[in-house]
Amino acid sequence: MSADPNETWNASGFLHVSPESKRPYAADVLESLHADAAEIIARYPQKRSALLPLLHLVQSVDGYVSGRGVSFCAEVLDLTTAEVSGVATFYTQYKRHPNGEYTVGVCTNTLCAIMGGDQIWDTVSEHLGVGHDETTGDGKITLERIECNAACDYAPVVMTNWEFFDNQTPDSTVKLVDDLRAGKQVAPTRGPSRVCTFKEVSRVLAGFDDGLADEGVGAGPASLLGLRIAKDNGWVAPEGGDSAGSGTASSTDRKDGSQ
Amino acid sequence: MTDTLTPILTKFWDDPQSWTLATYEKHDGYKALRKALGMKPEEVLGAVKDSNIRGRGGAGFPTGMKWSFMSPPDGGPRYLVVNADESEPGTCKDVPLMMANPHSLIEGVAISSYAIGCEHAFIYLRGEVVHVYRRLLRAVEEARAAGYLGDNVAGSGVKVEITVHAGAGAYICGEETALLDSLEGRRGQPRLKPPFPGAAGLYARPTSVNNVESIASVPGIILEGSDWFKGMGTEKSTGFGIFSLSGHVTNPGQFEAPLGITMRELIDLAGGMRGGRKLKFWTPGGSSTPIFTEEHLDVPLDFDSVAAAGSMLGTRALQVFDETVSVVRAVSRWTDFYAHESCGKCTPCREGTWWLRQIMTRIENGQGTQDDIDKLLDICDNILGRSFCALGDAATSPITSAVKYFREEFEIGMHTPAHVLFPPERSVLFDVNTKESSGMVSA
Ligand SMILES: Cc1cc2nc3c(=O)[nH]c(=O)nc-3n(C[C@H](O)[C@H](O)[C@H](O)COP(=O)(O)O)c2cc1C
Ligand code: SF4
Ligand code: FES
Repeated sequence: MSADPNETWNASGFLHVSPESKRPYAADVLESLHADAAEIIARYPQKRSALLPLLHLVQSVDGYVSGRGVSFCAEVLDLTTAEVSGVATFYTQYKRHPNGEYTVGVCTNTLCAIMGGDQIWDTVSEHLGVGHDETTGDGKITLERIECNAACDYAPVVMTNWEFFDNQTPDSTVKLVDDLRAGKQVAPTRGPSRVCTFKEVSRVLAGFDDGLADEGVGAGPASLLGLRIAKDNGWVAPEGGDSAGSGTASSTDRKDGSQ
Repeated sequence: MTDTLTPILTKFWDDPQSWTLATYEKHDGYKALRKALGMKPEEVLGAVKDSNIRGRGGAGFPTGMKWSFMSPPDGGPRYLVVNADESEPGTCKDVPLMMANPHSLIEGVAISSYAIGCEHAFIYLRGEVVHVYRRLLRAVEEARAAGYLGDNVAGSGVKVEITVHAGAGAYICGEETALLDSLEGRRGQPRLKPPFPGAAGLYARPTSVNNVESIASVPGIILEGSDWFKGMGTEKSTGFGIFSLSGHVTNPGQFEAPLGITMRELIDLAGGMRGGRKLKFWTPGGSSTPIFTEEHLDVPLDFDSVAAAGSMLGTRALQVFDETVSVVRAVSRWTDFYAHESCGKCTPCREGTWWLRQIMTRIENGQGTQDDIDKLLDICDNILGRSFCALGDAATSPITSAVKYFREEFEIGMHTPAHVLFPPERSVLFDVNTKESSGMVSA
């Protein structure tokens, strides 16, 4: 079933890298990598802390953790390549083979799975003809089963390059992947006005602002539900010492948990 | 009497551009920081201690006490590290908080750093929520430009810097010592305790690791006073918290309420069970907390009452499952999760979760053997209390609690697959034939 664009990547990991993975960076790429790395390292009291963002940075250039990327991190942080690989292989967001332009992750942890995530997964996986951590032949989409992404009140949830697509159905997700493959602009439910590419998002995760923070909503409808009900009922938090002068703690009686 | 819901951190999430400094300042933002800077650090710490706020990240350890247990200043660096890893299944409060109101966290970090003598704080955010990362980076930038962070915070001469750090996908990095190793650029595996982070944490320096919501609650405590905070909640679980309802309620969502509210009240606020179906089981604080059933609907959701009823308040991650759901299927999927996320450092958890997964899969497929239930419980017994960190213990909670309340369903798993007993299409939110959403999102 695998539609991996490049057979040599199937044996993933640093031990089985293709020659391209080790080919040196072009001089200009290397120069900007060094400039970015210096900026990242400066954020921390000790430079090894820069390793996770540096691996995101490598993915922003190579689209995965390449052999040359591992060597680059090792060099700038005075680590061995084995130490860097040991870290890179621990975390699921670091890819050991070239990633598609979009990672589409279907949450199949219990809650989403039961609310429909399993049906979404089956439908999309069949539609694309790829399984978990596999990429479509056109290199557009890497499909993943993901764990709970802290959006259960919007179940079933699908993440595209780590942007939220809330309240999905099999049909909406098929449309999503079709649009992505057709090169159409796609907007998340809670996020910027468009989904960026895997490489672009990897650069943000390395700590480089892309200027999109002010786009999108502050909160979705489920996040606002309690607030809306409180407003409808005129429910508010008690007045405090600062606003009320002397504090109003004594006006409350919910002290023993039994109301 | 306190109102049923008490929007504080969620109060202006519906403002257009709720995440900006301008909006935050319009709602008294950074007033608490100015007030704190006019107090001595030990007075700020004293106010937090006096509020009795207990950590909102799961374990419920008193925040002020944690700070006061840090080794005394020796002239070297001290660190505050905010745990924004939010990956416990069911937990979905910190992410919307940081998306809609990141400045409450930034102000909390500035005040808390001042209280404990930290000049460089870190926010460790899970990497899988890129828009939240953007909002945090932007909030730090705005706060710095406004003089609320930097070398001379609000003209006081106090120094506070914040680095917002994105993780890369690993549930275990929410465990505080694994988080510290990860922040140091290593594999995220837990450390042996003692020494506790308060003595030797980040870079072996005194460190406090606190949850997002704990720290975001600090500005309110400082501005309104610890009596105000204690006026909400119960005697031993003071204050308010965000309760996250998900699953088979009519309207899932976030509800900010005093600790001690009941599940019956919350389900009612969420419009009841979807389609009038019956509640079957629910988690009070995420998948790591033993499940509850209908009989627990009136347990006050505070730390001690939930513990007395046999579970844990955890992160108030209330996942609701109705009568259409196979408890075996639910538990089996959580078990997959723990096996996947076990960091492999210790044998009981690494091997045990693998075996639990084999057996749960068998039972889910209707191929369990006579002694599988006993074997499950025996393995759980060998993991619980013998694992290196709480992830191992957590892996046993769904299993032991589900066997306790629904043993017969596990027995049926010796001959009948879960999907036969409970056809999965009955539990989904969309019509499986048309695959269109039934539009249950918000009423
Ligand atoms: C496996 C595991 C995952 C955890 N995940 C989180 C998390 O995502 N966020 C969090 O605040 N605490 C998490 N914790 C709890 C932390 O170890 C720690 O108790 C907490 O961050 C302390 O903050 P608090 O005192 O403010 O609650 C986790 C613990 C374990 C064992
Ligand atoms: S209990 Fe599990 S997650 Fe924790 S240290 Fe042991 S193997 Fe790692
Ligand atoms: S279970 Fe899917 S987002 Fe939580």
